[in-house]
Amino acid sequence: MNTLFDKIWDAHVVQIIPDGPQQLYIDRLYCHEVTSPQAFEGLRRRGLKPFRPQNIYCMPDHNTPTHDQDQPIADPVSRKQVDTLARNATEFGLNHFGMMHPKNGIIHVVGPERALTLPGMTIVCGDSHTSTHGAVGAVAFGIGTSEVEMVLASQCILQQKPKTMRITINGKLGKGVTAKDLALYVMSQITTSGATGYFVEYAGKVVQSLSMEGRLTLCNLSIEMGSRGGMIAPDETTFNYIKGREYAPKGEAWNKAVAYWKTLYSDENAQFDRELEFDASKIEPMITYGTNPGMGIAITSEIPASQCATDVKALEYMDFKSGETLIGKPIDYVFLGACTNGRIEDFRAFASVVKGKQKAKDVTAWLVPGSWNVDKQIREEGLDKILEAAGFEIRQPGCSACLAMNDDKVPAGKYCVATSNRNFEGRQGPGARTLLASPLTAAAAAITGRITDPRTFL
Amino acid sequence: MKQKFNVIKSTCVPLPLKNVDTDQIIPARFLKATTKEGFGDNLFRDWRYNADGSPKKDFILNNPRYKGVVLVAGKNFGCGSSREHAAWAIADYGFRIVISSFFADIHKNNELNNFVLPVQVSERFLEHLFDSIKSDPNTEVIVDLPNQTVTNTATNEEEHFEINGYKKYCLENALDDIDYILENKDKIVQFEQARQHV
Repeated sequence: MNTLFDKIWDAHVVQIIPDGPQQLYIDRLYCHEVTSPQAFEGLRRRGLKPFRPQNIYCMPDHNTPTHDQDQPIADPVSRKQVDTLARNATEFGLNHFGMMHPKNGIIHVVGPERALTLPGMTIVCGDSHTSTHGAVGAVAFGIGTSEVEMVLASQCILQQKPKTMRITINGKLGKGVTAKDLALYVMSQITTSGATGYFVEYAGKVVQSLSMEGRLTLCNLSIEMGSRGGMIAPDETTFNYIKGREYAPKGEAWNKAVAYWKTLYSDENAQFDRELEFDASKIEPMITYGTNPGMGIAITSEIPASQCATDVKALEYMDFKSGETLIGKPIDYVFLGACTNGRIEDFRAFASVVKGKQKAKDVTAWLVPGSWNVDKQIREEGLDKILEAAGFEIRQPGCSACLAMNDDKVPAGKYCVATSNRNFEGRQGPGARTLLASPLTAAAAAITGRITDPRTFL
Repeated sequence: MKQKFNVIKSTCVPLPLKNVDTDQIIPARFLKATTKEGFGDNLFRDWRYNADGSPKKDFILNNPRYKGVVLVAGKNFGCGSSREHAAWAIADYGFRIVISSFFADIHKNNELNNFVLPVQVSERFLEHLFDSIKSDPNTEVIVDLPNQTVTNTATNEEEHFEINGYKKYCLENALDDIDYILENKDKIVQFEQARQHV
């Protein structure tokens, strides 16, 4: 009677160290430029080479500018980090999709869309949003740089087996309520440490009815509840999404793979260490008002009373007060993108709201596709025309203003409605004030220049 | 950064805030280095310095009353980004122990992999320790890794803390995971040969 998580994890255990961690075999290691240079340097210092270079995929995404990517990066420190990744990949014979490569983009967008990420796999990356890949039914989690070095050296990681949690969402999502709102709602209920120590499986009718893009958004935000990873049992939605994609198994291998993937679900009597259930019909479009992703409210609600010094500090930083509502407050920036909401469905949602309208004059909007592939889809579907007619410009792919390692920084004191994953102090630039929300809510704010209930546009 | 760990007695630096995320420990704009050294200068950068680079007088690291190799922080320390740069910054600054009532998973591993010991204590122990430090900044704690105990010398409260036997052995002997795993390469190859599914 196994959980989905146990089935995949246990199939990858090389050995269990007495009174210690388990040695887990890793199918895919993804590397980006920020958390890998010290790992490659460590490898060199030990005189080692990657153990299974063919299973390692590298791409820069954090530092990449969102314009003029065909030119050298202006910031010399960013340029050095991106160049270092390219050099390391070449030296060690690893797969590398550099800037302007048609396969480049945010690693957590590229992995699933190219079907490098497949059900049943173990996947790690020096990035906490590796949890995203669990949406296809994989065990995927973020690791530190020392651990990246370990996986480079051995294709294995020593890791304590986490406890399991199932979050079941039943009912039906209301109008204008997306996977992003669902995740922000769960976080607001269980806090940013509510799932620490657990690996989460999302289940229930609402989760099953989500598109692959929606599932990726939900699993992406698992880490914001403290969970190393989130996952969803693969089903027809998953298989249809993967089939025919570049690295998906083909022909007889496909049939064999699907037959195996169909065994990946939690058995009926599987025991979880913790079970939570939520009713989707209670969820409204969500927005955050504070400085961690768990500080979210329904967009029509009032900011709750502060309960500790940390809450007081957060409201001071945001310049908000307990008891007030956010609707109608002016905003300065809108960011659509990131590994959370930088996929084609997010651009469709944003375009559906702004179609035939005009961007508010005083709002600066950054629309950043998650990959070149998403960019291509946007143009194929004609979304670029709708967005441009409404006064928006589509930028080039990368992590961009999610963590502002490139030029896309929100100035101190300014408000940004962002579809990304973190509203920490200074996340989008020193002093920047971030309000996390869905692409629909971001679009509504971009049109009105104020925090607006997106349902008024639907 | 590999150093053997045994018993440490030290005064503490108190940070009584909950949910301290790794973006605060080291902001993203300082992650562009390609080596592990020097991150301590930017530890808690935006809480520690004004935009013009002058120190913020009210921040704990700028207060000469507080010193020592032990950082004491509120619940859920190190949440958010997986950046190991946060652990490098803590170690590079000179901290060897972080005491909190709860640690985020990835950061906890990152500390251990850099020979910084995360000591998880009860809410009550943590509250009392903050009180002790507030009334006397010279309050010392004793962290005894072999016996897995932490003591507040002002109140004489002692608590047991958890660490698995393997990691404890690694810290006591300054060994890291890669040293261990490389001794077992045959097992990896055997595993690859035996598995049916990719």
